Amino acid sequence: MTTVDELLALGDDALIAAQRLGEWCSRAPEMEEDIALTNIALDQLGAARLLLTYAGELGGAGQTEDDLAYLRDDREFRNCLLVELPDTDFAVTIGKLLFLSAHQRLRYEALAGGADEQLAGIAAKAVKESAYHLDHSSLWTVRLGDGTEESRRRMQSAVDGLWPYTHELFEGGDHRDAWLSIVEPVLAEATLDRPADGWAPTGGRVGRHTEHLSYLLAEMQVLHRAHPGARW
Amino acid sequence: MSGWPLWEVFIRPRRGLSHSHVGSLHAPDAPTALRNARDVYTRRQEGVSIWVVAAADITASSPDEKDAFFDPAADKVYRHPTFYQVPEGVAHL
Repeated sequence: MTTVDELLALGDDALIAAQRLGEWCSRAPEMEEDIALTNIALDQLGAARLLLTYAGELGGAGQTEDDLAYLRDDREFRNCLLVELPDTDFAVTIGKLLFLSAHQRLRYEALAGGADEQLAGIAAKAVKESAYHLDHSSLWTVRLGDGTEESRRRMQSAVDGLWPYTHELFEGGDHRDAWLSIVEPVLAEATLDRPADGWAPTGGRVGRHTEHLSYLLAEMQVLHRAHPGARW
Repeated sequence: MSGWPLWEVFIRPRRGLSHSHVGSLHAPDAPTALRNARDVYTRRQEGVSIWVVAAADITASSPDEKDAFFDPAADKVYRHPTFYQVPEGVAHL
């Protein structure tokens, strides 16, 4: 039985990831990468719309995807902390996308064969997109990690900083071994050190977020809150 | 300005057609060029197959040699298949 919280966790991961990736629009290191990251952001947004729409239906309170995206406060969001962290460096964006897309691919793969047909349909579409996101981020992780001294330093620093936040992805799931079997070979090929497990920040799934989320939401929600129902 | 090398992109729109040149892009290596081509040129289902070729690897005819290359064909109309009748109703010609 699918729960609203389960859908919000999946949908909010995708929505917040889309918003962060969208920040690269017109600012990526190269025009081609700009288009690639924006494509990925739109994939994530597309999945988020389907998942939040379904969450609204299942919630029974008549909430639409817009209500859920634009009118909830940070405490009501169920995304993991990883996706809301600021993209302080291109390497951080790539690291976040690698860790997230490996997780999403496994989750969507499992859900595509699940009993909930509506969710299975959404997941079957999203899993192909996740496979591409994983391919894109893996390629860049290897390129940066096994690149220059400077790119390796920054990619390692991103991986080290993000690693603690990956533990939260496996709360209520048992796919960490499968995730590690995707991520570890990429890090190895990139000549990066796989960080040790230790500190494992948590709280996103119950609405306790980092200070970064409310700033992100302020920017994402301001138009809708200032002009309710505004349309293009 | 991009510091990456230039790649020419060829796309096959669907099975049975040949790859056509659609444009160029910058990428650091061939695998990345292929992925960039996917993102830049097939966003709207334009193709089922992509080739990328390093622009530096293409040998092109020179505009300076245009006369010697192409003008001699100009007055040789007998090279066109226009000297026989096509029977009525023949398809695919």
